[in-house]
Amino acid sequence: MLEVRGLKKEFQPLSGPPVGALGNISFRVEAGQFVSIVGPSGCGKSTLLQVIAGLLRPTAGQVLLHGRDVVGPPEGLILLFQEYNKSLMAWRSVLKNVRFGLENRPGMTRAQMDAEARRYIELVGLTGFERHYPWELSGGMQQRVAIARALVRRPEVLLMDEPFGSLDALTRIELEDTLLHLWESVHATILFVTHDIEEAVYLSDRVDVLSRRPSQVIEETEVKLERPRIQLTTREDPRFIQARHHIFELISREMGKA
Amino acid sequence: MGRVPWSGLGVLLACLAGWELLVRQSTAMAAYFPPASQVLLTTAQLVGGGELLTHIAASLRRFAAGYTLAALVSVGAGLCLGIWRPLYALFEPLIELLRPMPSPATIPIAILFLGIGDEMKVAVTVYACSWPILLNTIDGVRSVDRVLVDTAATFRLSPWERFWKVMLPAASPQIVTGLRVSLAIALILVTTTEMVISNDGLGFYILDRQRSFQIPEMYAAIVALAVIGYGLNRLFLALDGWAMAWHKGLTRKEEIL
Repeated sequence: MLEVRGLKKEFQPLSGPPVGALGNISFRVEAGQFVSIVGPSGCGKSTLLQVIAGLLRPTAGQVLLHGRDVVGPPEGLILLFQEYNKSLMAWRSVLKNVRFGLENRPGMTRAQMDAEARRYIELVGLTGFERHYPWELSGGMQQRVAIARALVRRPEVLLMDEPFGSLDALTRIELEDTLLHLWESVHATILFVTHDIEEAVYLSDRVDVLSRRPSQVIEETEVKLERPRIQLTTREDPRFIQARHHIFELISREMGKA
Repeated sequence: MGRVPWSGLGVLLACLAGWELLVRQSTAMAAYFPPASQVLLTTAQLVGGGELLTHIAASLRRFAAGYTLAALVSVGAGLCLGIWRPLYALFEPLIELLRPMPSPATIPIAILFLGIGDEMKVAVTVYACSWPILLNTIDGVRSVDRVLVDTAATFRLSPWERFWKVMLPAASPQIVTGLRVSLAIALILVTTTEMVISNDGLGFYILDRQRSFQIPEMYAAIVALAVIGYGLNRLFLALDGWAMAWHKGLTRKEEIL
């Protein structure tokens, strides 16, 4: 359903030759899959998501959603950022932030939007905080608001750019499970960028490993672990440890090439 | 804001008492610097008798017209200039040239084109008030975080929705800062234009009483002007505290962290 073909992105610095962020990236994500992208830092993971989200034009190659070329932000696809404190609207309450996801949907009344928003606030476990402002909440709760705001639109594809990168370890574990639970109940396709190999293996059906800049996909690792995933037992499973070991080796080999 | 600043009020009262005592030492001085009690009494009489009220009304009318017009035009223009960079590049040299020019310098031009009536006074006030609002709005729009702009894009907001639901509220704290600076400027320019040429308004009244040597009346009008300025500022702060409560809470939170 989502396909990336020969994607290349160069940036022109103020002086000197263009810098290649994405070298030649190709992969496919099938409907309902959970795919993670990991790679050495600075390998252009965020750039990749911005190109897929239609926020940046690629230098070459194309992004296809249902076989159609993505030229601007497409319908049915939402990009979720790591910086929840910047992406949420500080002047809107939790309810109004989530409702924002529906406000440019034609044919919905304000009451219907509010009802939907409340449903998703409940799904992310924030019932009772509807009238709070984002800055009154903890980081983990703020990211839950951002997730609810994205999901209330019922996107087919959710792109997540290191969404839990700035949260503490325990909050992170909590949100990983919330995300898996939501993913199963809303049947979305998720493309998840992270620098945490364990997180990628724990969450995904497949982990794509990127090379150093200008990046390419070095390997697509299928994660053959049954669902539902359980923090303790899944992470102790030999197949989990093996996948983590393998991906870690790939990335450290990449980083060693400096 | 609920706390009464007793010590500050004490200093104010001490200054008034000092004024009173100082002036009472010499009758020569009292001729052009009447004691505080006399000035305050004259103010009360002039306001109570209605003489000053027509002038206050005239000044406030010009103030309201000039300030409101400046706010509407400059917030609108500032949003456009802030969002659309080529437009700003086009106007930047003009803005940079006109902005540092003291705005009373436009009074003779305004008189040439608009005469000596209210139009001239309002036009000059609009001109002077526009700069802080315009520049703060431009800056406010430009400093809207990239992540927020991208969020608006990924949610497929139309340009109008992006403008109305994202850029304007995100820039609003800085727009308010500009509006607050302009509040004082508006009062200054209304008074100045009235002093240059007018037959009513507090500016006219102050200069007129000075020329006809009615010194207590002159001071009374100055006191009235000070009280009006103070009142407008308090009113503004009250509205600001209500509309920008989210921003106050946000910044307080950031200070704690």
